[in-house]
Amino acid sequence: MDCIQSYVWIVPLMPLIGAVINLLLGRRLGNRVVGPLACLTVFISFCASTLLFLSLTKLPAESRSFTNLVYTWVLVGDFRAEVSFLVDPLSAVMILIVSGVGFLIHVYSIGYMHGDKNYSRYFGYLNLFVFAMLTLVLGDNLLLMFIGWEGVGLCSYLLIGFWFEDKKNAIAGMKAFIVNRVGDFGFMLGFLLLFWSLGKAGVWTIRFTELSANAHLLSAGMVTAITLLLFMGATGKSAQLPLYVWLPDAMAGPTPVSALIHAATMVTAGIYMIARMNFLYVLAPSAMTVVAVIGAATAFYAATIGLVQNDIKRVLAYSTISQLGYMFLGVGVGAYSAGIFHLMTHAFFKALLFMGAGSVMHGLSGELDLRNMGGLKEKMPRTYWTFLIATLAICGVPGLSGFFSKDEILWKAFSSDHGHWGLWLVGVLGAGLTAFYMFRVVFLAFFGESRTDKKAHESPGVMTIPLMILAALALVGGYVGVPEVLGGHNRFHHFLTPVFDRHTEVATHAHHSVGLELGLMVISVVVALAGIFIAYQMYIRHPEHPKALAERFPRLYNLLLNKYYVDEIYHAVFVRSLLGLNNLLARFDLGIIDGAVNGSAWLTKITAKWSGWWDNTFVDGAVNTTASAVISGGSVLRKTQTGRIQNYLLIAIIVIVVIMVVKII
Amino acid sequence: MIIGLEHYLFISAILFSLGLFGVLTRRNAVSILMGIELILNAANLNFVAFSRFVTIGISGQLFAVFVIILAAAEAAVALAIILALYQNIKSVSVDEADAMKG
Repeated sequence: MDCIQSYVWIVPLMPLIGAVINLLLGRRLGNRVVGPLACLTVFISFCASTLLFLSLTKLPAESRSFTNLVYTWVLVGDFRAEVSFLVDPLSAVMILIVSGVGFLIHVYSIGYMHGDKNYSRYFGYLNLFVFAMLTLVLGDNLLLMFIGWEGVGLCSYLLIGFWFEDKKNAIAGMKAFIVNRVGDFGFMLGFLLLFWSLGKAGVWTIRFTELSANAHLLSAGMVTAITLLLFMGATGKSAQLPLYVWLPDAMAGPTPVSALIHAATMVTAGIYMIARMNFLYVLAPSAMTVVAVIGAATAFYAATIGLVQNDIKRVLAYSTISQLGYMFLGVGVGAYSAGIFHLMTHAFFKALLFMGAGSVMHGLSGELDLRNMGGLKEKMPRTYWTFLIATLAICGVPGLSGFFSKDEILWKAFSSDHGHWGLWLVGVLGAGLTAFYMFRVVFLAFFGESRTDKKAHESPGVMTIPLMILAALALVGGYVGVPEVLGGHNRFHHFLTPVFDRHTEVATHAHHSVGLELGLMVISVVVALAGIFIAYQMYIRHPEHPKALAERFPRLYNLLLNKYYVDEIYHAVFVRSLLGLNNLLARFDLGIIDGAVNGSAWLTKITAKWSGWWDNTFVDGAVNTTASAVISGGSVLRKTQTGRIQNYLLIAIIVIVVIMVVKII
Repeated sequence: MIIGLEHYLFISAILFSLGLFGVLTRRNAVSILMGIELILNAANLNFVAFSRFVTIGISGQLFAVFVIILAAAEAAVALAIILALYQNIKSVSVDEADAMKG
C-alpha cells in the first residue's frame, strides 16, 4: 500500500487552510503573502492529487479504488456517515482537473486582481471554492458530496457577487444562488428518496460503493424517480435547460471566477454526480433518455443564443452551457467516460478562453463589448495565440483536444444502445454553430481595425504564463483518449471503465463498422470547418453582411439577442407570480393575521377598560368609602375631644349619675 | 333635736355639691382646686360620720387624716402645675388650656 493513500485528506484540507488563513488573517498578512499562499495551498493539493493518481495507476486495473477514512461523523445503530474520501479513476481525474486548472486560475488571479481592495477576501473565497469542489468529488458518500455540492453553490454566490457594491452584481449572485437552490431541492429529494427507499429494502447506507452494490434492490419506478430528481439537481448546478439562466449572469464576478466556475469547478459537478451515480442511471433507461435529450437540446439551444451576443464573456457563457449539454448528451447515452473526457478537455480550453477574455479586458481596461474591440492580434500576441488555440480546440478542429472528446460523444450518441441519430444530428449542428460563434469572437476581437480609443497592452507574465500552460494542455490534452479507429488506444476510456458498469460501455463497436465511425467524424469536422468558413466570410471578407442579415431577419435576430426572452418569461411566470403570491400573503397577513392579533388586542383593551372601571368604581369605592366613613366619623367624634377638663368631668359625673339612677331603679 | 348621721350626711352632700359645682363651673384653675378641697372635705366628713355612727374603731378617722395629707400633697402638686401652666400660656383659665383638643 502506497503511503500517500492514507493522506488523501491533504487534498481538500490544503485549500481549506488557505481559505481560513486568508479570510481571517488576510488583511494583516498583506497582498504579497495572500496571493502566493493561496496558490501554494492549491499547488500542494495538485501535487498530492498527482501522487494519488500515480499510485492509482500502479494498482491492477480491477482494484483501482481505495478509501481513506478520516473520522466517523455520525454513528446511529448500523448506519454510519463518515468523513471518508474515495479515490478511484473517476475522482482521481476530477481532482487533477480541479486542483490543476484551479491552480493556474489562482496564479492568473494574482495578476488580474492586482490592486483590488478586497484581495484577501477574493483569495479566501477562491480557496474555499476549490475546497468545496474537492470535497464534492472526493467524498465517498452522498452526505459529503452534498456538503461539497452546497459549498460550491455558496462560493459561487460569494464570488459572483464579489463586487457587491454594484447592485447588478449582487443580484447576479442572488440569481445564481436561488436558481441553484431550485436544482438543489431536486438533488436533495433524490438523495433522500434513494436513502429512504434503500433503507426500506433493508440497507441503510449512503456510501457509493454500498449503494452501487445494492442498487438492484430498488424498483424500476423508484430508480427512475430518483435519477430524474438527481438530474434536476444537475441541471441547476451544471446550467442545463431549464435552469441554465444563472450562468450567463455569473460573469458579473471577476473573470478568473468565471473561468473557475465554467471550467474547473461548479458546473462540472452535475456531470460528475451523474457519472458517479451511473449504477442508478443504468437501471433507468428512460431517465437516461431524458438526460441525453436535455443535453442535446441545451447544446443546440445555447449555441444559437451565442451566435449574436455582443458581450465576449456572454458568448463564452453560452458556449459553456452548450458544451455542458454535450457532456450530458455523453453521459445520457451511457458514454460516461466520453462525458468525463469532454469535461476535462473543456476545462482546459474554457478556462483558457475565459482567462484570455479576462486578459483582453485587462488590456482594454474593462471593455467587454466585441463591437468595441478589434485588431488586438498585434498588440496582445500571447493572448491572441492562446485564445486561438482554445477556439480551435472548442470547435473540434482535428488534432486538438476538443476534437477527440466531442467526437467521441457524438459517435456514442449515434452508436450507443441509448443513442439515436437525431441526437447526433442536433449535436453536429450545435458543433457547427459553436465553430461559427467562436470564430466570430476571434475575428471581431483580434482581427480587423481597432474600434476603440483605448490603448491596448499585453497582460503581465503572471497572467500570460498560465494561459500558455493551458494552451499546451488544450493542444495535447486530447491525446490521452485517441479513439481506436484513429489508431489510438483510448487510454482515458480504459482507465475510467472500471468505475462504470461495463455493460453500458462496451458493445457499441459491435454493430457499427469502422467506416461509419470515420464517416461521421468527417461529417462533423466538415460542419465545424463550414462554421469557421462562414464566420470568416461574414466577419473578415464582408463585415457588412452581419448587419444586413440582422436587418433582414429582425425578429429572429432580436429573439436570439434577447436570449429567447427566457429571463423575461421566467420573470413573468415565476418571479411575478411569486411576487403576486407574496402580495396575497402579505394582504392575508395584514388583513387576517394582523386583524386577529389586533382584534384580540382590542378585545383585551375593552375588557381591561371594563375591569379597570370595575376596579376603580367598586373595589376602590369600597375602600374609599370605608376610609371616608372613618374620616367623617372621626370628624364627628373629635368634637367630643374638647380639650377642656371640665367637660370631661361633667360627662363623667352625668354618666355616674345615670349609672346610679339605673342601678337604683 | 338629736343630731344624727343623716345631718352629717346632708351637710356632707351639700358640701360635695358645692365643691362639684365649683369644679364644673369655675374657669380659674385655683378656684377649681378650691372646689376639689370642698369635695375632699365632704368625703372626710362622711368618713368621720360613718366612723362615729356605724362602725366601731378608728379606721374612718384614720382615713380622714390620710385624705387631709393627700389634700395637702395634692394642693402642692396642683399649684405647681398651675404655675407651669401660667408660665406657658400666661393664664390660669382652664378654657385656654385646650391643647388636647381633638
